[in-house]
Amino acid sequence: MIEAKDLTKRFGQQLVFENLNFKINDGDFISLIGPNGSGKTTLVKILMGLEKKTSGELSFTKKQTIGYVPQFRNIDMDYPLDIEQFVRLNLKFTLSPSKRHEDDELIKNILQETKLTELKNRPLGLASGGEKQKAYLAQALLNDPKVLILDEATASLDVEVKMQLMDLVQELNQKYNLTVIFITHDYELTKKYTSRALFFKNKTIEEVHVNDVSEAMFEMGS
Amino acid sequence: MFGYEFMREAFIASTFIAITAGLVGVFVVSRNMSFLSHTLSEIGFAGASFGILVGISPLAGMILFTLVSSIAVGSLSSESSRREASISAISSLFIGLGILFLSLSSESSSYATNILFGSIVGISSKEVNQLMILALFVIFVFIIFYKPLSFDSFDHIGARAAGLKTRLLSIAFLVTLALSVSIGAQIVGSLLVFVLLTLPGATAKYVVHTVPKLIMVSVGLSLAGVWLGLYLAFVTNWPVTFFISAFEVIAYFLGLGYKNWKLNH
Repeated sequence: MIEAKDLTKRFGQQLVFENLNFKINDGDFISLIGPNGSGKTTLVKILMGLEKKTSGELSFTKKQTIGYVPQFRNIDMDYPLDIEQFVRLNLKFTLSPSKRHEDDELIKNILQETKLTELKNRPLGLASGGEKQKAYLAQALLNDPKVLILDEATASLDVEVKMQLMDLVQELNQKYNLTVIFITHDYELTKKYTSRALFFKNKTIEEVHVNDVSEAMFEMGS
Repeated sequence: MFGYEFMREAFIASTFIAITAGLVGVFVVSRNMSFLSHTLSEIGFAGASFGILVGISPLAGMILFTLVSSIAVGSLSSESSRREASISAISSLFIGLGILFLSLSSESSSYATNILFGSIVGISSKEVNQLMILALFVIFVFIIFYKPLSFDSFDHIGARAAGLKTRLLSIAFLVTLALSVSIGAQIVGSLLVFVLLTLPGATAKYVVHTVPKLIMVSVGLSLAGVWLGLYLAFVTNWPVTFFISAFEVIAYFLGLGYKNWKLNH
């Protein structure tokens, strides 16, 4: 479980958000919504320990390993590594043969889980948008995280591909009780897939029912 | 040709240079630092002529200049260090300084030619030893940082998300790049050392798709280039640098052609 009490963040004098209070339970599939610049990514960075909170409390019931899938990645047409090698980048260095064997098994399972086994030798630069996102997902899942954060991971995909990716995430969420935090601008996906929604509004956060999520909530000044 | 001492020395030195350059080159290319490595070689030229002017060895001068500037680059953010206009401005300044240092020193202009264009005859066995030690140091650093450096170089955003200390890795890499430029320039010359530091790595990327294979192909092309270059330079008495750059450029275009052919088949 992740719990925030009066969590506040300022950059210098600039207030990003204040007094955030929320709980995220193990196995939740929760969306973070709100207009651009409302503090979603800053909150995620604080959760991941990449940014410090200004005040308030943030507690994790046990040590949470977090997998993160960002929206942008510098992968161009000429990107040399194939999908399997890209996923392997997140492995720890080892010389032990038994650990190597374990790593190979791990990679095999992850590729299977993310439905990439048949594409594993394709250069990532030549993969489609959906295949790339799956590879990012597979890499993020490698160290068996308890929490998965998808930071606008579906933003640049076609509707059908979005659904496939979200189906996959949903499957993982249910099978492994994986907590998923989904940052999005897509209210349809929010309604279809997530069970809770945290809405950034007026420099703070409130929980809204997913069925009440509307397009207007993503616009500036809402 | 191995009957000549200087050829034996040149061969040993080039072998170490090629291995280091091929290895480092894979990461230069994946980190988009080709342009920076070009600039570092020009800074190295200024360093070598500074060395001659103040009476230390050109190699020591090169290492001094390239190390200081690579650390300076590393302390800038990665975005600003890749701003091409500012990099060109800095490299022009250093070429100018190199020329100034040379004209202030009393050495003959053949020295300048050697630094700029490389030479196979100028290497003494003491210098070969220095090059070997530096090359082994670079290889050692790569073995230690292999995993995190691969992650950061081939997926910077993912590496940051996974909590790697990417700033530290960047500085460690720039230091090895500075050393590689300095040792590579001893044979190929500072004007063309970036050929060895970028082309084999760039060619490899068109033909293979795993990090270990990229390193193997890059080191292989780099070795083939310097060995063939030394042999042809010995036979024809033409400059070694010409043969090396011609070989690497041809290999590069063959690689590019292969990739395009594969895309259409």
